Amino acid sequence: MSDKKGLVLSPAQAKARRARSIAIGLVLAAMVAIFYFATIAKFGPAIFERAL
Amino acid sequence: MAIVDNHISATEAGVRLSEATPRDYFALLKPRVMSLVIFTALVGLVAAPGTLNPFIALVAILAIAVGAGASGALNMWYDADIDVVMSRTADRPVPSGRIAAGEALAFGLVLSAFSVMTLGVIVNWVAAGLLAFTIFFYAVVYTMWLKRWTPQNIVIGGAAGAFPPMIGWAAATGSVSLESVILFLIIFLWTPPHFWALALFKSGDYERAGVPMLPNVAGAAATRRQILVYSLLIAPVGAAPWAFGFASAAYGVLAVALGAGFAWHAWRVFTMADDDRAMKPAKALFAYSIVYLFAIFAAFLIDTVAGRIVGLGG
Repeated sequence: MSDKKGLVLSPAQAKARRARSIAIGLVLAAMVAIFYFATIAKFGPAIFERAL
Repeated sequence: MAIVDNHISATEAGVRLSEATPRDYFALLKPRVMSLVIFTALVGLVAAPGTLNPFIALVAILAIAVGAGASGALNMWYDADIDVVMSRTADRPVPSGRIAAGEALAFGLVLSAFSVMTLGVIVNWVAAGLLAFTIFFYAVVYTMWLKRWTPQNIVIGGAAGAFPPMIGWAAATGSVSLESVILFLIIFLWTPPHFWALALFKSGDYERAGVPMLPNVAGAAATRRQILVYSLLIAPVGAAPWAFGFASAAYGVLAVALGAGFAWHAWRVFTMADDDRAMKPAKALFAYSIVYLFAIFAAFLIDTVAGRIVGLGG
């Protein structure tokens, strides 16, 4: 027996939440890519010149 | 074993769970305004002297666009009460109930912070400072203060829409110069006749919302006169890049012709009959003003790029 209370999303709410989650994921991935490539663009080849 | 279903729907529980889609959030960014911001910022960035890594330039334009969109979201959060009574804005995400006001506020604040920080960290802090000031000017000075207080709201508030080419220029050079100030002035002087033309044939909307636009406060005749005055200033300012020597004579001729077209449309509005309900001249001026801004910035962009190609060839 479960006595945990919870909310059930309507199909429209669930669909909208899934779409928002995907959009947030894509935006975050884009942010990571932007900062990664911007770092390379700003430093240029010098980014690979470091002491081992 | 008894199975008890304690799950209840959000509606039954009185909890509001959002059905907003990413498309609704995108609408909060005012995409049509954003397209103008992207274009004018791009012109400022490309026309500026010096070189910028293409990827960094792309990030600059993206950050400026997102910052402009963020200010649009903050505007929609604050203006939901008046948007709901205006036909032009009633279907926006907040007044239509698709997005809660608090969600729009949080969205606008987060995007504002991210866009300014990204522009500062990746491009430069002069451009980031200008973007932050633009967001503040549009969301606080224009939306919260001027818009509901004075019929000169869009004259002063228009500065917010005029900053993008200056930010683009600053992104490339790290400074503000006469050239970017002139690009600013072109949009600054363009804004009042553009919005007053709209306000003439949408004055009922603004009156219902209690927004003191010029036609509601000073009357249609005074608005038509002010439109003409600003439109007559646009032609010389539009040609200023040529007069100050950073655009060719071909640009100057085109700018004067486009400005003359603006003045002609404004004259038709000025001579419009008081009882003209269709207001075709005002609608024509509104449509022409959009074409004008795209055309003059496109001409400046082409002129600058062509000048560089010729310079390289010579």
